[in-house]
Amino acid sequence: MAYSFLSILREGLTGNRGWKPVWREPEPKPHYDVVIVGGGGHGLATAWYLARNHGITNVAVVEKGYLGSGNIGRNTTIIRSNYLLPGNEPFYEQSLKLWEGLEQDINYNAMVSQRGVLNLCHSDAQRDAYARRGNAILMAGADAELLDREGVRTLCPFLNFDDERFPITGGLLQRRGGTVRHDAVAWGYARAADGRGVDLIQNCEVTGFRIENGRVKGVETTRGFIGAGKVGMAAAGRAGQVAAMAGLRLPIESHVLQAFVSEGLKPVIPGVITFGAGHFYVSQSDKGGLVFGGDIDMYNSYAQRGNLPVVQDVCEGAMAILPMLGRAKLLRSWGGIMDMSMDGSPIIDRTPVDGLFINCGWCYGGFKATPASGWCFAHLIATGEPHPNAAEMRLDRFDRGYAIDERGAGPQPNLH
Amino acid sequence: MQADRLSGGGLVDRSAPLPFSFDGEVYEGFEGDTLASALLANGVRLMGRSFKYHRPRGPLSAGPEEPNALVTVGGGAKADPNVRATVQELYAGLSAASQNRVGSLRFDLMAVNDLLHRFLGAGFYYKTFMWPAAFWEKLYEPLIRRAAGLGALSGQPDPDEYEVAHAHCDLLVIGSGPAGLMAALTAGRAGKRVILAEEDFVLGGRLNAESFEVGGKPAALWAAEAAAELAALPNVRLMRRTAVFGVYDGAVYGALERNADHLGAPPPGLPRMTMWKVHAPRAILASGAIERPIAFGNNDRPGIMLAGAVRSYVNRYAVLPGRRAVVFTACDDGWRTARDLRAAGAEVTVVDARPGAGRDEGFRTIRGGAVVDTAGRLRVSHVTLRHPGGTEDSASADLVAVSGGWSPALHLTCHLGGKPVWREDIAAFVPGATLPPGMHVAGAARGDYTTLACLRGGAAEAASALGVSPAEAPEAEDGAAGVSPFWRVKGAKRAFLDQQNDVTVKDVELAHREGFRAAEHMKRYTTLGMATDQGKTANIPALGIMAELTGRTIPETGTTTFRPPWTPVPIAAFAGRHKGKHFHATRLTPSHDWAKENGADFVETGLWLRAQWFRRGAEKGWRDSVDREVVETRGGAGFCDVTTLGKIDVKGRDSGAFLDRLYRNTFSTLPVGRCRYGLMLREDGIVFDDGTAARLGEHHFLVTTTTAKAVQVFRHMEFARACLWPEMEVSLVSVTEQWAQYSLAGPKAREVLARIVEPGFDLSNEVFPYMACGAATLRGGVPARLFRLSFSGELAYEIAVPARYGHGLAEALAAAGAVPYGVEALGVMRVEKGHPAGNELDGRTTAADLGLAALGAKKSTGFIGREMERREGLQAADRPALVGLRPVDPSAKLLAGAHLLEPGAAPKTETSLGWVSSVAFSPSLGSSIGLAFLKGGMARTGERLRMWDGLRGADVAVEVVSPVFIDPEGAQLRG
Amino acid sequence: MRIPCPFCGPRMLEEFVYLGDAALMRRPAEGATCDYVFLRDNPAGRHRELWRHEGGCGAWLVVERDVTTHEIFGAALAEARDAG
Repeated sequence: MAYSFLSILREGLTGNRGWKPVWREPEPKPHYDVVIVGGGGHGLATAWYLARNHGITNVAVVEKGYLGSGNIGRNTTIIRSNYLLPGNEPFYEQSLKLWEGLEQDINYNAMVSQRGVLNLCHSDAQRDAYARRGNAILMAGADAELLDREGVRTLCPFLNFDDERFPITGGLLQRRGGTVRHDAVAWGYARAADGRGVDLIQNCEVTGFRIENGRVKGVETTRGFIGAGKVGMAAAGRAGQVAAMAGLRLPIESHVLQAFVSEGLKPVIPGVITFGAGHFYVSQSDKGGLVFGGDIDMYNSYAQRGNLPVVQDVCEGAMAILPMLGRAKLLRSWGGIMDMSMDGSPIIDRTPVDGLFINCGWCYGGFKATPASGWCFAHLIATGEPHPNAAEMRLDRFDRGYAIDERGAGPQPNLH
Repeated sequence: MQADRLSGGGLVDRSAPLPFSFDGEVYEGFEGDTLASALLANGVRLMGRSFKYHRPRGPLSAGPEEPNALVTVGGGAKADPNVRATVQELYAGLSAASQNRVGSLRFDLMAVNDLLHRFLGAGFYYKTFMWPAAFWEKLYEPLIRRAAGLGALSGQPDPDEYEVAHAHCDLLVIGSGPAGLMAALTAGRAGKRVILAEEDFVLGGRLNAESFEVGGKPAALWAAEAAAELAALPNVRLMRRTAVFGVYDGAVYGALERNADHLGAPPPGLPRMTMWKVHAPRAILASGAIERPIAFGNNDRPGIMLAGAVRSYVNRYAVLPGRRAVVFTACDDGWRTARDLRAAGAEVTVVDARPGAGRDEGFRTIRGGAVVDTAGRLRVSHVTLRHPGGTEDSASADLVAVSGGWSPALHLTCHLGGKPVWREDIAAFVPGATLPPGMHVAGAARGDYTTLACLRGGAAEAASALGVSPAEAPEAEDGAAGVSPFWRVKGAKRAFLDQQNDVTVKDVELAHREGFRAAEHMKRYTTLGMATDQGKTANIPALGIMAELTGRTIPETGTTTFRPPWTPVPIAAFAGRHKGKHFHATRLTPSHDWAKENGADFVETGLWLRAQWFRRGAEKGWRDSVDREVVETRGGAGFCDVTTLGKIDVKGRDSGAFLDRLYRNTFSTLPVGRCRYGLMLREDGIVFDDGTAARLGEHHFLVTTTTAKAVQVFRHMEFARACLWPEMEVSLVSVTEQWAQYSLAGPKAREVLARIVEPGFDLSNEVFPYMACGAATLRGGVPARLFRLSFSGELAYEIAVPARYGHGLAEALAAAGAVPYGVEALGVMRVEKGHPAGNELDGRTTAADLGLAALGAKKSTGFIGREMERREGLQAADRPALVGLRPVDPSAKLLAGAHLLEPGAAPKTETSLGWVSSVAFSPSLGSSIGLAFLKGGMARTGERLRMWDGLRGADVAVEVVSPVFIDPEGAQLRG
Repeated sequence: MRIPCPFCGPRMLEEFVYLGDAALMRRPAEGATCDYVFLRDNPAGRHRELWRHEGGCGAWLVVERDVTTHEIFGAALAEARDAG
């Protein structure tokens, strides 16, 4: 059923009894044209764009838990397209454009809210790097503004301009950046894909791939074998385990990234603010909770939890630039498992196994990429050719010396 | 006038009246009250408004699980939002205000939302506000954000101090109810180091809230005596007002101690709170249980409370929360409330949902009945009762005490991934088999609900944890607490589950209807359990209802994951002293004070503060100072503090060979007494850092790094030594802080230096040429090392002295005729010489990109980065490489971060030819100059390009030139 | 987490810096460097990995740890040859 103000009115007046399930709970069929492994944001978006852009609807998304139980449900909801490198920026700008039309496209309000993303800088060198990046953003047709200290003060007078250890020298602002209600993205894509006939199969864990003569034939699951013409892997933090079942070793380490939410407070933070001299970024949700985070916990982990030193580090960053947050109370913390790649950039590519495709390496930045990742992965699966915006996100770029290293940190994943 | 205060009993001190205010109204309570109990004593029931529908609310609980009675305490910068009135201790002068209202608490205009509730059910916002697209940010969202949140931050910096501290013990006991006290007694009497952490300000837990006896005396008295015994033990530390909020790896417990929130005028120096990291190899979780409400129609009015909370108010706080009470229960525990209320003078009706439950105790009793609805605008006044046959009648009531049974407060058992298991006999989740290492669970937290079982369990768990004998438990009640799962009254009107977020049974039904049936889906779709109380009272009933709807069991339906913190913790408490200027440590060089006295402005460089420039009297702007410093240095002699460069002492027979493997170029062939520039690559072939190495002896090198990479380079070299080549005889020591180092540059540098070294030291070009190094003695007998290195392109030396002589050396250099220059002038001179620095070494550039391909090109031995440097992408001909830039119009300004384009090309990702990495105004050339990375590199020398900077609106014609702007032959530095 | 440093005894996480899989100690001959630099086993289970006790003695350690539970089984000095 279509969602609208009128549907709410009609249902409200008739006891809200007419709402239909947002997705079916189908039994897996013996064979699909495409099976997507992973019912998170990227997997669900891929299914939607396979149906929408390529007319491929004989598709199953298999998910070992519940839909949206991975990083789409545990992130800090930020969207932006403020990347430096040509291998990244057009892709993320495509994603931002897709966010801008997403709700009308899938008839689901994910509360895409473009309240701006401000990256603070604290030194001349950092400002120079932001200028280079900001110009690269403009050249890709996206928006960026370089603010000086007074410009930052005008926009965010509540920042610490008085006793800063690392004075704010300016900032890079992207006004079209912002936040999205993360769970709603998963639900909206799921509902839209289901509406086109895609089977969303929850509580169905992939236990192996059936590969014959170098070609994938389907997936073994806890609910039996499911045949497939093509298989796309979109398992994020578990990418390494899933790929290993197909005999692949990846340029990936799994790390835990903590994030935090405060009690609900009357709005004080307009957009997204990131600290440039420490590990802290923050936004405030439409319900009033401050959503914030910082750096990964630094060690390999599959446990969806972190430790106190990083909590302290993040809160120290908060107090350094936003001392007015001191009395805001941290309410809940969680940890997501990040598929940290060797250059900090993702992989959307074919694999050595025919018909098997991989989507991984999103590090801590997969949420904002969801629409473009789905779009480009669907394009690759449907056509066999990489989408131009994801053409550099290849698995063999490390062998060939074409890393997409936004941070310049090198092949040590926990530095990205 | 404390109209609802009982004349006797309780743990309040009637001789210590405390005035306080709520919403401007002045009241009086007693020492020992919470804000909630004091307000109740004064007849106040209405304390807040709910989040979505702005329904009037009073306290549901008497503890930290409170969803409703949230207030803002204090004002100004210290205003503290979302404080649970049920936890806040009363003090004289406490001032509290209600939250989340437009207008007064009694007449909240936003309550109009409640009238629209049928349109505002779970997830309504996902289905609308989509058209037109642009209206979201402009119209819909601002309206939604206006309604967001509960309390408000002051908007001012938090003025209070917070502490982070460590504590160590053999046993951490979490909670001081019967189980916790017995655990602490067991461990304390055995001489173990015990920390007993209690969230409340009085030890004893439920013992303070009950009317029964323990060990033949009132339970609260027994608890007080046990606490006194523990307090007298030197090996036991009692920490009241301390909530253990999280369990972390390595047996670390996070605990928040509220040091000053109960004091009207805290003594100076006392932090407001302390965030403890408690290191406890063993812990007893004795956190008790949380009572569950029952969902019935309009079950959220002020005056409707949990039955156990009512007993707390009656027995501990001596407050009678109502005189005509209805106890609505599905377990035997509710009957205790009925008895205690009657003893306190109330008229009591008992409605037990279980047919045939309870004895006849003289109450008006309805067995197998239910409360189906309530009435009363700002406080409950009537209830609608349903009898077993289905008939309903109305009764007047000013208090409804509800008990749907208890849920163990097992949250901390889940923090390291433990999964609770469902126990059908008590209709509750209890801790699963996997507990945090070292943790034992005792008492109600594991589902032992009788007092005797708690007492014995606490002793037994502590005994087993520590291998000691259990303390003997006193006599106590041991009645089996019967309970049947009863989550909601069917057919009721709006029945609230999550009272703060206004999630009703109908919302759960809607979630079920729409397919949000997994526990996490239900939670996220309805927002149940996501309010400040994290669903402590709401989660289990909602799960029970979802299980009913799906026809599954509760364990099949799932449970949401409990994550830290158990109780909300202020951000400032985690940060402790790390705020403002103390966010990070500040590193100062030995001559910092000298620089300050001589007009330096400082700049943050990593953790260091470095002199940026030295202002002289008439200079108006920084450029004046910097230009002068460059001119004076290039025209005479200047000196710059370069102490912050990383310095690594490399010793051992294999030092040279070791450095050969770490650097792109060769050091083993360097003669003793000579220096060499070195380029260090990462294993992936990208430039990591640069610096110099000086061979001070056959087996002794001193390596320098950039300031920014000092720590990483040392770590990397230690990795190479210990992990890659442990067989090499080499040792590394960081001596960055042991040596103060100054660069002395300019045509007169030799003259100046001659004035400060001991006479007789031969500085002639023949004896001490460019790239020479060696030991020297400065006048006054100061030991020093001299390096003839130049970053500026001038005749230059670096002079290193033990750190304690740094200040003196700066004085001596100035006295000898050198002018101090700061890092800005240093930067100008290095750009003039085309030396790459941080902006060029950005972690993506190769040696060839930097024009340094020749360094080590003929090297025969392997080194880190060699093989990966040869990858196709790093050898590609179109990689941008370092060039110099000058504006065609000498008055035009170059900008770092601008991109380079062919003249006439449109600025696009595909058309970018490169970027400007560093710029400076060169006083020597009288124009802006820049270093840039350009596709084609030096092969394009002489070409004219477009420098485009859309961010700053600049578009400048530039010419590609050599990056070495000054003295390209190097005659000056060798002179 | 608490890492048992062979020199300093059990010390808290805050004092250590993490590098990655202990396989990084086995630097290969030319030809296999790409896999060495860029590929990881990334197992969900026991993991031998390199930590440096940077806030303490400065030693590089090989720590064996379960990355699903964070349980630490032991730590050895990296430069002791049997650790690699």
